[in-house]
Amino acid sequence: MSSPFNLDASFAALADPTRRAILARLALGEATVNELAEPFEMTQPAISQHLKVLEQAGLIVQRVDGTKRPRRLATAGIDAMDQWLAMLRQALEKNYDRLDQVLAAMESNKNKERKMR
Amino acid sequence: MSKLTLKTEGDTHVIVTRRFAASPEAVYRAHTDPKLVQQWMLGPEGWTMPVCINEARPGGKIRYEWKHPSKGGFYLTGEFVELKPYTKIVHVERMHLPDPTPDNHIETTFVPDGDGTLMTMRMTLPDTQTRAAMLATGMEKGMEDSYVRLEGMIGDLIPASR
Repeated sequence: MSSPFNLDASFAALADPTRRAILARLALGEATVNELAEPFEMTQPAISQHLKVLEQAGLIVQRVDGTKRPRRLATAGIDAMDQWLAMLRQALEKNYDRLDQVLAAMESNKNKERKMR
Repeated sequence: MSKLTLKTEGDTHVIVTRRFAASPEAVYRAHTDPKLVQQWMLGPEGWTMPVCINEARPGGKIRYEWKHPSKGGFYLTGEFVELKPYTKIVHVERMHLPDPTPDNHIETTFVPDGDGTLMTMRMTLPDTQTRAAMLATGMEKGMEDSYVRLEGMIGDLIPASR
C-alpha cells in the first residue's frame, strides 16, 4: 500500500490496450504470469515487460509464493488516478454552478452602483 | 439550463464548453481576480481555498490551495502564458496530490453569445498517451469498484460517435 507511485507513469501505462486488459483480468483477482499470458497471443517475456511497466506505474504489485510471483492490483495507485479524473469533471461542474451565482452577484452589485449615481 | 460539455479533439485535446448568463468581461474577471476565483473554484462541497495566487499577466504565477476539514488538502500550481482582456486566457497548470499530475496547457476563450458568454476551454495534454489514458474506454469487463467509477466518468467524456 505504501509503494510510491507516479501519476505520469500511471497514465502512460494505461494507454496500452494489452495493459488495460491485464488490469481487467487482475480486477477479477490475483494471477500468475502464465495465467495472464494465456488469453493473449504473446510470449511470456512480452507479458513480463507489460507487467514491469504496470508495476513501475504503481498499478500492480507482486507477491512471492514459492517459485511463483502472482500479481494483483495496487489500490493506492489506482485510487490516485481515480481521484484525479473524478476531480476534473466534478470540480468543473460544481465550480461553474457556483460561478453562475458569483456572476449574478457581480451583476446586481453593478446595478446597485448604477442606481446610486 | 447551462450544461457543461466535455469532448475530445485530435489526439491530445479535451474541450470543455459552458455558457454563462453574464458578459464576457464579467466571466473573464471572475477567472482573473483572486477574490472572485476564491468564491467559486472550490470543487466538491466542503472545500475552501485559503490561498489563491493569481498573477494575471504573462509569466504570472498561479497557486491555488484547497482545504477540507476532514479530507486534508492539495494544491495546484501554474503559469500564465497569454492574456487578452475579456476574450482569452492561456495558462499551464498541474495538480499536486502531492505527486504532480501531467502538465495541462489550457486555452480559455470567452465569446459573446446572445446576452451571455460562451466559454470554451481547450486543454492540451503532453501526449496522446496521457490523454488516451485519461479517456481510455478499454476497461469493459470485471472491473473492481474504482475501475467502474473510472469508466463511468470516462464514458461521460467520450462523444457518442467515437
